Amino acid sequence: MSILINKKTKVIVQGITGRDGSFHAEQMKKYGTDVVGGVTPGKGGTKVNGIPVFNTVAEAVKKTKANTSVIYVPPAFAVDAVYEAVDAGISLIVCITEGVPANDMLKAYYYVKEKGVRLVGPNCPGIISPDQSKVGIMPGNIVLKGPIGVVSRSGTLTYEAIWALTCAGLGQTTCIGIGGDQIIGTNFIDTLELFEADKATRGVVMIGEIGGNDEEEAAEFIRKKMTKPVVGFIAGRMAPPGKRMGHAGAIISGGSGLAKDKIEALNRVGIPVAASPTELPALMKEKLEKAKKARSKIEKRSTKKSTRKAKTKSVGKKIKVRRKK
Amino acid sequence: MKIHEYQAKEIFAGAGIPVPEGQVATTTAEVVEIAESFGKPVMIKAQVHVGGRGKAGGIKYAENVEAARVWAQKILGMDLKDLKVNKVLITEALDILTEAYVGIVIDRASKAPVIMVSPAGGIDIEEVAAETPEKIFKLAVDPIHGLRAYQARDLASELYKDIGLIRQAANIIMKLYEIYWKIDASLVEINPLITTPDGKVIALDAKINIDDNGLFRQKDIAAMRDIESEEPAEVEAREGDLSFVKLSGNIGCCVNGAGLAMATMDLVKHYGGDPANFLDIGGSSNPQKVITAMRIIMREPNVRAILINIFGGITRCDDVANGIVMACEELKPEIPIVVRLTGTNEKEAKKILKSTNLEYGDTLDDVVKKAIKLAELEYAEAGRI
Repeated sequence: MSILINKKTKVIVQGITGRDGSFHAEQMKKYGTDVVGGVTPGKGGTKVNGIPVFNTVAEAVKKTKANTSVIYVPPAFAVDAVYEAVDAGISLIVCITEGVPANDMLKAYYYVKEKGVRLVGPNCPGIISPDQSKVGIMPGNIVLKGPIGVVSRSGTLTYEAIWALTCAGLGQTTCIGIGGDQIIGTNFIDTLELFEADKATRGVVMIGEIGGNDEEEAAEFIRKKMTKPVVGFIAGRMAPPGKRMGHAGAIISGGSGLAKDKIEALNRVGIPVAASPTELPALMKEKLEKAKKARSKIEKRSTKKSTRKAKTKSVGKKIKVRRKK
Repeated sequence: MKIHEYQAKEIFAGAGIPVPEGQVATTTAEVVEIAESFGKPVMIKAQVHVGGRGKAGGIKYAENVEAARVWAQKILGMDLKDLKVNKVLITEALDILTEAYVGIVIDRASKAPVIMVSPAGGIDIEEVAAETPEKIFKLAVDPIHGLRAYQARDLASELYKDIGLIRQAANIIMKLYEIYWKIDASLVEINPLITTPDGKVIALDAKINIDDNGLFRQKDIAAMRDIESEEPAEVEAREGDLSFVKLSGNIGCCVNGAGLAMATMDLVKHYGGDPANFLDIGGSSNPQKVITAMRIIMREPNVRAILINIFGGITRCDDVANGIVMACEELKPEIPIVVRLTGTNEKEAKKILKSTNLEYGDTLDDVVKKAIKLAELEYAEAGRI
């Protein structure tokens, strides 16, 4: 199992004739992603690496039954590409493009939400479900199929964390980079919710960085709603303060955006935070071990209970069973 | 991108927000001339990209022309929180009855531009926000439908009781919101928004930050960039399409990706070293970028070792390796360089680097520890000489 993408995901590539679009379309195809088409206005009818190109997303969807789009178009046109994908009936949009104006994203965010579409990014490395599908630019050779979900605001730092997990034999269900911009379509909480509901995911690695207070909000969500273990990493402990937005930035977020406050917020709800990405696997293994013990305790208790129940039934007497706490 | 107060006030005035009359000067003689032309008390305000200018001595009241001369001599050229003051704004000094705060900022949590107002404006607004948050009033504006006039009036009513003042302030808030969208701002702020004894509401200060991602369609604003007021290395980095922030340590860092660059700096600190900079060469693998990066790093005299950490995704390790070889030939570094290249085309990269005598680290932790050790050895050697 996985979240967001799997073997059935049918992908079109918006901006497929561009340098990045054509390169990564081929990389995705090589990985095994079902890349069914590409879109570049005016280039319809041609092919890129054997992938048919269409003039519009609507046409591509009609001809290929694609349900997912990945966007590589330049920043000035990326938001328009999101709208076009929404209007064509795409249900998952992954926007890789870096440099999208934040105020354009503010409007697009609500449009996407209103239409019930899932947007990941912009300015993100995309999603990969090992041995099933990759939508984006993550290197396919660093992942391994397994029980861990990875969610991150970063790009290459995500690869570092995934590679550490893979080297330690901890495979992944799905790895997702949600993007480093201020306004993004899918945040930590959205992703944690999906991992919590995914049966194959046993634990989650969450990689945050300085700025905003998404990590603090995620910590609160984990405390209230998550049963699966989470371990974290926060980048930017050494970052010089004062790179924030005037008075208003400090006032509005209600938090400082500093790494130490994020680490404290996570620790407070029992989430260990690694000092180096290479420590993540050990922390995760420890957490998984604990979770396993807790599970087997519950199972033992319930088997005890059921055997006692069986006994009481057999003798036909009612005996009160005191529950151990 | 940040712009100066005088530039922000030009934008305000153009949109119809009342600001005090003022002119910019770069020399004491100009300041004197302007003060003379005003013929009344003036304020002299340092134009630097930093908050808290008043508390740092960068804003002064000059009763007459002689006082203006004295303050101009002191402020022009002074170091204000590590930034040199090259320009001052001279404005008429106004009588102030009250000081309020009005700001609009993009808010990632509510996914909206949020307008904040407070009747307790002025130099202590951050303390007000921290200690008496009930004195700050916020409104998240629906980005699709925009700010309605009644909402602006509601906000203005939190500032003033008098309907005349409320109308003026509401008008200012509406115009500020228009400016926010029109110029791709990430922050527009008036602190303080003052009232005068003759019943006028005026923006005494102005602060605007622009979303860098919107600059491609904001040519007029982009032209306002004041390169002189920025760190030269940061300017060179931006022109070379790199992201660079200078720090005070001795280990130069060259990394791909902002998150990994921060994590690498964090690890340098974690293992007892001190990073000299944050540098992200970005996603492309143009060898020229590596050369520019190395040149910027090597210009810092206190750098004792260079740490190159690349996790190839889009970035191809062999391209970076070629860049490193070219940089070594061109720049002839005398300090040790430790390299770690992993990911896309890693094998090819290692072949290219075989001919060099660079140190190599296998893992993130490994390369960081090696860099710290080499920097320490460099220091020991320097001590011996």
